[in-house]
Amino acid sequence: MNPETTLKTESILDEPLMIAGKSFTNRFLLGTGKFKNKTDLKDSIEFSGTQIVTVALRRIDLERHQENILEYIPANITLLTNTSGARNAQEAIRIARIAREAGYGDWIKIEVINDSKYLLPDNQETIKATEVLAKEGFIVLPYVSPDLYVARDLVKAGAAAVMPLGSLIGSNQGLKAKEFIKILIEEIDIPIIVDAGIGTPSHAAQAMEIGADAVLANTAVATAGHPALLAKAFYLAVQAGRLGYLSQLPPRRNLAVASSPLTGFLYNQ
Amino acid sequence: MLTAHQIQETLNNHDPLFLEELAHKSATLTRQYFGRTMSLFAPLYLSNYCSSHCTYCGFNSRNRIQRLKLTAEQMQAEMKHVAKTGIKNILLLTGESYKATPLSYLREAVSIAKQYFTGISLEVHPMETHEYAELFKEGVDGITVYQETYDRKRYKEVHISGKKSDYDFRYGTPQRAAQAGIRHVAIGILLGLSDVAQDLFGLYAHLRHLEKNHPGVEYSVSFPRLRTIKGRKFALCHVNDRMFIKILCLTRIQFPRVGITLSTRETPALRDHALELGFTRMSAGSNTSVGGYTIKKADEQDPQFDIEDSRTVSEIVQRLKEKNFDPVFTDWRPIENDLSIVSKPHAACGSSVSSVDKTSL
Repeated sequence: MNPETTLKTESILDEPLMIAGKSFTNRFLLGTGKFKNKTDLKDSIEFSGTQIVTVALRRIDLERHQENILEYIPANITLLTNTSGARNAQEAIRIARIAREAGYGDWIKIEVINDSKYLLPDNQETIKATEVLAKEGFIVLPYVSPDLYVARDLVKAGAAAVMPLGSLIGSNQGLKAKEFIKILIEEIDIPIIVDAGIGTPSHAAQAMEIGADAVLANTAVATAGHPALLAKAFYLAVQAGRLGYLSQLPPRRNLAVASSPLTGFLYNQ
Repeated sequence: MLTAHQIQETLNNHDPLFLEELAHKSATLTRQYFGRTMSLFAPLYLSNYCSSHCTYCGFNSRNRIQRLKLTAEQMQAEMKHVAKTGIKNILLLTGESYKATPLSYLREAVSIAKQYFTGISLEVHPMETHEYAELFKEGVDGITVYQETYDRKRYKEVHISGKKSDYDFRYGTPQRAAQAGIRHVAIGILLGLSDVAQDLFGLYAHLRHLEKNHPGVEYSVSFPRLRTIKGRKFALCHVNDRMFIKILCLTRIQFPRVGITLSTRETPALRDHALELGFTRMSAGSNTSVGGYTIKKADEQDPQFDIEDSRTVSEIVQRLKEKNFDPVFTDWRPIENDLSIVSKPHAACGSSVSSVDKTSL
């Protein structure tokens, strides 16, 4: 093969993911819950090369240095504190302020969940919290059910990205909400990061192929037999999906198209 | 939801392969929703004064035990001791005496507990919504209140006198706590009091009712087996280990995301095995006597029930790590609680407590 025609991945032009003016070359985000030990978490961060990790403020135990989750997250990684446990906007706002005061920075993933059975986010309360926190200078990444009106309101409220769920959190069901996420990708100009329900690398690749800007996974990695391996697989799948998207995938067809039965006559004269 | 008959059929199936299959399902669901994590808490008894007569309880008002109520200084000493073990979630308990341990006493206990712990739950006498609201504002996150049995007839037989003999008031307690904004509600039955299948059916119905009306609350369930008290036996029906594990697995399969609590009433060997199967919260380093941590010597204590697992917190943590579990001490960061959260029952499923109660039995 002519060496000149060999495709070099480095030569593929991809812009970094930009969130609130900060650039990221890795489009895989990792959640830190449910790991069986902190070593698995540390290895997963390292293997995936992730540049953004989410941590629930409720799980940070300041007084236990040995077991404090923050000790296992390298300093160059952007910490995205989440408001897990908040049941309304007020509680999410309070948790965000506590996180800032404690020195965990301004990056907040808003999670407002008022349903302990399905753990579906409360979109209305999330918009309210986004509005308040964005005004206070937080970089707000709200976690929501994918809904166009909600996403537009979040943009107006000052969100830095929108994080629609792929399917129920922790369910590993993949992109059940694909068609609705596609609409957000089409219509919303801030980054769309698919969060929740991503159970396998192929789910992550699929989300990236349809044009998501990034993917977050947690349960699948944390509960895998070898978390770090799966973390790496997610990273590769996100890259593969991204390249697929950039390549402008040929459209899928339901029928084999051998000729032009409807318009062929135009050329047969 | 399963019918009482279906529950009975499951409990009656003694095929080891069937139990193994249940256990696999239960373990898989638990790992999916909770990972290999285990929340730890410790009980701390504030008082054993009680005005109810419950035949199976070491604190019952007819028992001639030394009645004791911790003073503020004693609470400090006990709490400091427990906090030193690393415990962050505390369950404060009292006997059910409205007089000896009124709301003001409980508020004082909570305000002291806040200095030492990040998660505070109470297992005390049932109260009204506005009282729970005050406790919530003070910093209480969780309320534990077991119905003990959902068999009304049996309930009456074992709860002879005192406020606790009011079945309906107790049944409505988790809902009143939820209405007041409490984040975590724990309900349960005492295995051995009555027919297990009927009681499980009642527990599941109660939980479904709560989930529908107060979806934002985190629920957990427990089904401790009746224990001896200073060696004396009280169980009315026998629940062996196989049955106990079957109950655990069945509950997990019915309620994949609900917390299930494992008590120190169970032996270390059973606890170590059961970890894998569906439990998500366990007590550690427990003492079930008032002043049991620092004030009373072992031979002077009057426990509410005898414990089987007397391992210390650090021994439990070590064991959890050996078994590839991450022990979770902190799962809440206190925020200033206010009443903006007070939930209103949903119109679509706002059946009254008493009507659900009737259909469940």
